[in-house]
Amino acid sequence: MDSEVLAAAASPIDLLAARTQMALSLGWHIIIACFGVGMPAITLLAEWRGNRTGEVAYQLLARRWARAMGVLFAVGAVSGTILSFEMGLLWPGLMGTFGQVIGLPFALEGIAFFIEAIFLGLYLYAWDRMPPRLHMLTGIPIVIAGVASAFFVVTANAWMNQPTGFELEQGRVVAVEPWAAMFNPATPPQTVHMILAAFMVAGFGMASVYAFAMLRGRRDRYHRLGFLIPFTVAAAITPVQIGVGDWAAHFVASNQPVKLAAMEGVFATERQVPLHIGGVAIDGIMRYALEIPYGLSLLAHWDPNARILGLEEVPPSQWPPVNITHWAFQIMVAIGLALLVLGVWMLWVWRRRRAIPESRWFLRAAVLAGPAAAVALEAGWTTTEVGRQPWTVYGILRTAEAVNPAPGLVYGFLLVAAVYLVLTVATVYVLRRLARSTPVPTAPQERDVTDYPVV
Amino acid sequence: MSLLPETTVAVLWVGLTAYVLFGGADFGGGVWDLLAGGTERGRGQRTLVEHSIGPVWEANHVWLIFVVVMMWTGIPAVFAAIASTLYIPLTLVALGIIARGAAFAFRKASTELWQQRLFGATFAFSSLVTPYFLGAVAGGIASGRVPAGIAEGDLVSSWVNPTSAATGALAVGVAAYLAAVYLTRDAQRQGDHALAETFRRRALITGVIVGALSLAGIFVLRADAPDLYVALTSGRALPLLVVSIVSGVASLLLLWWRAYLAVRLTAALAVTGLLWGWGVGQYPYLLPGVTLEEAAATEAVLGATLVSLAVGAVLLIPSLWWLYATFQRGHHEEFGTEERGSRAG
Ligand code: HDD
Ligand code: HEM
Ligand code: HEM
Repeated sequence: MDSEVLAAAASPIDLLAARTQMALSLGWHIIIACFGVGMPAITLLAEWRGNRTGEVAYQLLARRWARAMGVLFAVGAVSGTILSFEMGLLWPGLMGTFGQVIGLPFALEGIAFFIEAIFLGLYLYAWDRMPPRLHMLTGIPIVIAGVASAFFVVTANAWMNQPTGFELEQGRVVAVEPWAAMFNPATPPQTVHMILAAFMVAGFGMASVYAFAMLRGRRDRYHRLGFLIPFTVAAAITPVQIGVGDWAAHFVASNQPVKLAAMEGVFATERQVPLHIGGVAIDGIMRYALEIPYGLSLLAHWDPNARILGLEEVPPSQWPPVNITHWAFQIMVAIGLALLVLGVWMLWVWRRRRAIPESRWFLRAAVLAGPAAAVALEAGWTTTEVGRQPWTVYGILRTAEAVNPAPGLVYGFLLVAAVYLVLTVATVYVLRRLARSTPVPTAPQERDVTDYPVV
Repeated sequence: MSLLPETTVAVLWVGLTAYVLFGGADFGGGVWDLLAGGTERGRGQRTLVEHSIGPVWEANHVWLIFVVVMMWTGIPAVFAAIASTLYIPLTLVALGIIARGAAFAFRKASTELWQQRLFGATFAFSSLVTPYFLGAVAGGIASGRVPAGIAEGDLVSSWVNPTSAATGALAVGVAAYLAAVYLTRDAQRQGDHALAETFRRRALITGVIVGALSLAGIFVLRADAPDLYVALTSGRALPLLVVSIVSGVASLLLLWWRAYLAVRLTAALAVTGLLWGWGVGQYPYLLPGVTLEEAAATEAVLGATLVSLAVGAVLLIPSLWWLYATFQRGHHEEFGTEERGSRAG
């Protein structure tokens, strides 16, 4: 392969710019996408309760959330479009060779997007033109399609970690088994972990808003329900998610030992390896970490004597950035456990008093839980993506070979970064306005077309 | 020889056509939003535009994603060549898409006049520039300025050249024209005859302009992309060009006679003729010296993708039909009862 030529062509600053741009756009999109996956289900839950009980609070909540969904889906769609452009603009070396290998899940994702967009149009705009039961039915394809699109796109990422289902001949892909590539070994743990994460981010995120209002003294039924529904969904998923995270970690331990070594800051191959908590890797040694004896051997292989491969197994040119990977992983796990504690607190009080804990500390923690879940999500992706470096396709294609060798990527990055900054400010601003403005209109998307007949 | 590669690019081209006909018209709506005049005077037009594209633009937009994904799945090396050489206009397209989609949604959600103006201006302006760059990209490909390989072409002249200028302008014109045609009927169905007349006039004017642009484009091709010119004017693609011209003229007549529903069909046909003329004219070459046969993905990939899409279509077609039918039907009764928040302006 003429990879040497390519690697030489992209300047280091352009490579860095491309990586940062990819990380920024993905890191941005993923948060919105989580709401795209989780929010429709939670909204439907409220709408269903509202229709069952006739209680206005539920109905208002459903409408409110649907309105926010309208905005979030729009920015989700545009930020996702940028991503599909960037796959080619930034990583033609990846897509030109392997585009066909991961094409199938993206094509399937396309179908899911269509379903999602179509039914979202119906759900948001035809709210008052359908009987309630039918209206709820139009929400169900949105839920299914959201979960499905998360599944499909993560299979593509899983393939980058466990590339299977194709044969290479002199740098050209010759035989492809698209289904085998899609259902690669990393697909089950990664997709499940991601979909659960989406529900956690959406659930804790929505609950945060109402926890904040309750701290401000608004503890009426509307706000309590607005807190309870999403919080319950997210808190119920948390323990499952930790189990799935453990599954993912075992998977990495067996299939990407270098990534595990970086996640845990293990340099030497040994048995009876301790678990490092905190710490910084300096010159090939993990310093200042709290060590739990046998911890890693136990956790990774259920055996205190298990051998863990260290980074020394591969030349340093193939090491991922150890500190980023290590810290990202620690942050995710710490937040996962903290969210578990929060859920248990809620459950404890609820079982005794059938009420949300009175403590202001609980509410403060609940306000933090939303951003924290998003941080865990970003940290998890950082673990996965940075831990895979220097490979884009694990063991097969280096990031430096994948990047677009054209000059000037750095200006593209600066432009995109500026646009994302504006987009972030505008999104937050508009969502905050939506949260504040009263009264809630009956048709979520049509408030601004006053006195206008719907056609 | 199997026909899988041909079927795949045909499906891709169907997607492209749908994007131009539906997504393109949404851009055109933004162009009319831009030209609607002051806040008071333009309100009627803006609300019509908003109403017509609000529920459907996301679904229309997915066609673009479909095209991109089909390219990297079906003809990966060609996708990489195009994306890497044309990364500057494509980045601008991407930014235009962000600005447009987000601003449209934000405007709907905001209540104050200055916000609506700001978001509205962003929406309208990006509706104008995005199709231009998309058209310029098409022109760069059509005039053979994107060679095979990664970033092998000239980063600037691949999209700053006579053909790109012509196709870029044509893309904006087509978008505005389609939107005007569709909006005429929407206004009529609402019983707003003054508005229908406005858009009818605009459709007539832009129709003439687009016709002139197409004609000029043919001459640009003669100088700039002779192979495609020959194919269009005397080769395999000629029938499609004829279809396009005949439908274009018919559209003007139908507009004149106020046959607003029929003109939707002929206008769409005129645009479709141009697109397929380009495709057929270029076949079997995708890039200079690169045939479809060489560029196509393996049979296994094409087969699996096409089968999945066929299954998907079974779900999609009735759903799309339901969506459009719901919002094209008259529904005056249930509306107007709701409590409106105070709205500035
Ligand atoms: C709310 C979000 C969230 C929470 C609370 C957790 N994770 Fe996670 N984790 C993700 C969100 C996430 C993620 C962002 O969704 C990742 C990135 C890639 C993926 O598939 O999931 C991920 C990746 C990821 C990986 C890397 C997989 C790979 O590289 O293939 C491991 C080993 C874990 N997680 C393990 C855990 C453990 C042991 C947790 C428990 C305490 C945990 N995660 C909580
Ligand atoms: C883990 C990563 C990802 C997840 C979970 C995810 C999930 C989703 C979901 C649920 C949506 C629809 C909801 C919404 O619009 O808010 C969406 C939109 C989109 N995503 Fe992602 N995505 C991920 C990464 C990507 C990547 C890597 C790409 C492209 C290469 C991509 C491309 C898109 C596109 C094009 C859309 C817009 C679809 C539309 O117009 O409706 N996504 N994503
Ligand atoms: C599922 C969909 C995803 C796909 C297909 C995908 C694909 C890619 C590709 C092609 C690259 C560039 C090559 C490389 O650096 O290895 C990359 C890098 C990166 N991605 Fe992902 N990604 C996905 C999800 C995510 C998400 C959700 C995040 C969230 C933060 C993320 C974070 C990053 C980061 C930080 C990098 C840069 C790594 C580095 O250069 O050190 N990825 N990804």
